[in-house]
Amino acid sequence: MAGSTPASATTDGGLWADARHRLRSNRAAVGAAALIVLLLAAALLGPVVSPYALDHVDWNLSPLASPPSLANGHWFGTDSNGRDLFARVWAGTQVSLLVALLATAVSVVIGVAWGATAGYLGGRVDGWMMRVVDVLYALPYMFFVIILTVVFGRSLWLIFLAIGAVGWLTMARIVRGQALALRSREFVTAAVTLGLPAHRIIARHIVPNVLGTVIVYATLTVPQVILFESFLSFLGLGVQEPYTSLGRLVAEGAAEMETAPWQLLAPSAVLALLLLALNFLGDGLRDALDPRQG
Amino acid sequence: MSHDTLLAVRNLSVEFATPRGVVRAVRDVSLEVRRGECLAVVGESGSGKSQLFLGSLGLLASRGRAHGSVTFDGRELLGPDPTALREALGTRLGVVFQDPMNSLTPHLTIGRQLAEVALDRGLLGAQEARTRCLEVLRAVRMPEPEARVRQYPHELSGGQRQRAAIAMALMTRPELIVADEPTTALDVTVQAQVIDVLREARGRGLALVLITHDLGVVAEIADRVAVMYAGRIVEQAPVREFFAAPAHPYAAALLASVPRLDTPPGERLAGIEGQPPEPGEERPGCAFAPRCAAALETCRQTRPQLRATGSRSVACHAPLAGAGFAP
Repeated sequence: MAGSTPASATTDGGLWADARHRLRSNRAAVGAAALIVLLLAAALLGPVVSPYALDHVDWNLSPLASPPSLANGHWFGTDSNGRDLFARVWAGTQVSLLVALLATAVSVVIGVAWGATAGYLGGRVDGWMMRVVDVLYALPYMFFVIILTVVFGRSLWLIFLAIGAVGWLTMARIVRGQALALRSREFVTAAVTLGLPAHRIIARHIVPNVLGTVIVYATLTVPQVILFESFLSFLGLGVQEPYTSLGRLVAEGAAEMETAPWQLLAPSAVLALLLLALNFLGDGLRDALDPRQG
Repeated sequence: MSHDTLLAVRNLSVEFATPRGVVRAVRDVSLEVRRGECLAVVGESGSGKSQLFLGSLGLLASRGRAHGSVTFDGRELLGPDPTALREALGTRLGVVFQDPMNSLTPHLTIGRQLAEVALDRGLLGAQEARTRCLEVLRAVRMPEPEARVRQYPHELSGGQRQRAAIAMALMTRPELIVADEPTTALDVTVQAQVIDVLREARGRGLALVLITHDLGVVAEIADRVAVMYAGRIVEQAPVREFFAAPAHPYAAALLASVPRLDTPPGERLAGIEGQPPEPGEERPGCAFAPRCAAALETCRQTRPQLRATGSRSVACHAPLAGAGFAP
């Protein structure tokens, strides 16, 4: 015990600084983070460096669905309408990443705040707050989204809002359960005996202790959100042509799997790499946020 | 109430609503802690000694309810306005818990936890707080305090953690520390160190309430003893007089059950026959009567009131000879 190993003798920069330090020594997480940065760069630069715009139909091709080729500049091939897949995949990655990260962030912020408050305060407050969650859960989600689209018109922001508005419910339930268990732990009682106000106890003693669970759940939410977005787009409620998303591209590619496998391969490879990297990073973050991991 | 009374508990009862009815854990208890004094509250598990102080400080579990009055330096803590309690807690009144493994937040370094209250209340600046951290860690004789402030609780041993917890209570120079079985979870040598630390803190004028079932600890550090049984105080006495001649048969039996160095080898330790009453049980008369060797008929009929003689008080119809109480 009490050994000052190099990993523990860090500067006392607080939870986040120490977590960053621990994260850096986790090779899988660093690799995953590098991959995410790489994909992000590709998503931003891809449509720019591609010789074709994402809605440009290349009539020179015959048939229109061309396999990947360096010679004609369609590096990932073209889709059945003769549009360049390289440009479309990276443009789709942009949309998917944006939807996934924003919607997840919305659900994490609302869910953690709501759940930690309900769980820590307990009693009647907890009862009412969780009944609100139950009621929102019971609303038919698609109906909710369709009404939103009818009222506000189609937009990408609406998708963030809709997915985030539903995603936080599960997060709130998970966090609330953990907060309820933490509330009776002695260190929380000890914080109460210090006379600390409730908001400070929630922020300093409850939330950091649930972050590990929150981050793992959030990394699980990202692929769900990406798939959900493609489902919404399929119903015509999400991203509209000519814009696209990874989920849509995978769905379109799957339809042509037997005749043009590259149409499935390119977007699904990017999606798989993205999800894999997010999972590794989430795993690393969970470990990094637990000081006992050393 | 004399002018040097720091904490005064008046007719405090603590009740818990359970599915099987109301359980009274603390029944009509009154006691005082003077400035600079160490009061030990002893009793077996379930006697209500912990609930007495959790109740006094508004820290009961959500099903619990405290009735009565608790004043700290003349201000009511249990009134409808929680300001007095919140102001006292963490600054003038510190609490140390039994289990040092769980009473520190796992993801905050020792330095940050120690500084938290002082910073939250704006009592100290960041630099002053850092200096004060090292000061209190030295005061509790933490080895290498400069390294400890950067470490997390799990990197410390049990004894070090308990010392860190005591240091945390000392941060804001409180006038009173309530320690709920601070040595129970530690092994004997570490216990001795923690007792030393508490004794040193007392040397600086700190009042201490020590909740314990370890009479050895009481003899070492306390000025006065209050013995609890079934939610009531049955005897209060200065520590010397208490160990010399306990007045309540329960206190005497408790003392007799402690192994001593001069006990001949092979001799069986004295136990107390029977079981303490169930928490929800209500009976007329003295709660200890069924287990008491000296019980009279009145003991089973009417409950003895706490009566005082000089500096001592006892709740018994037939107090033991030698303690100076009339039968």
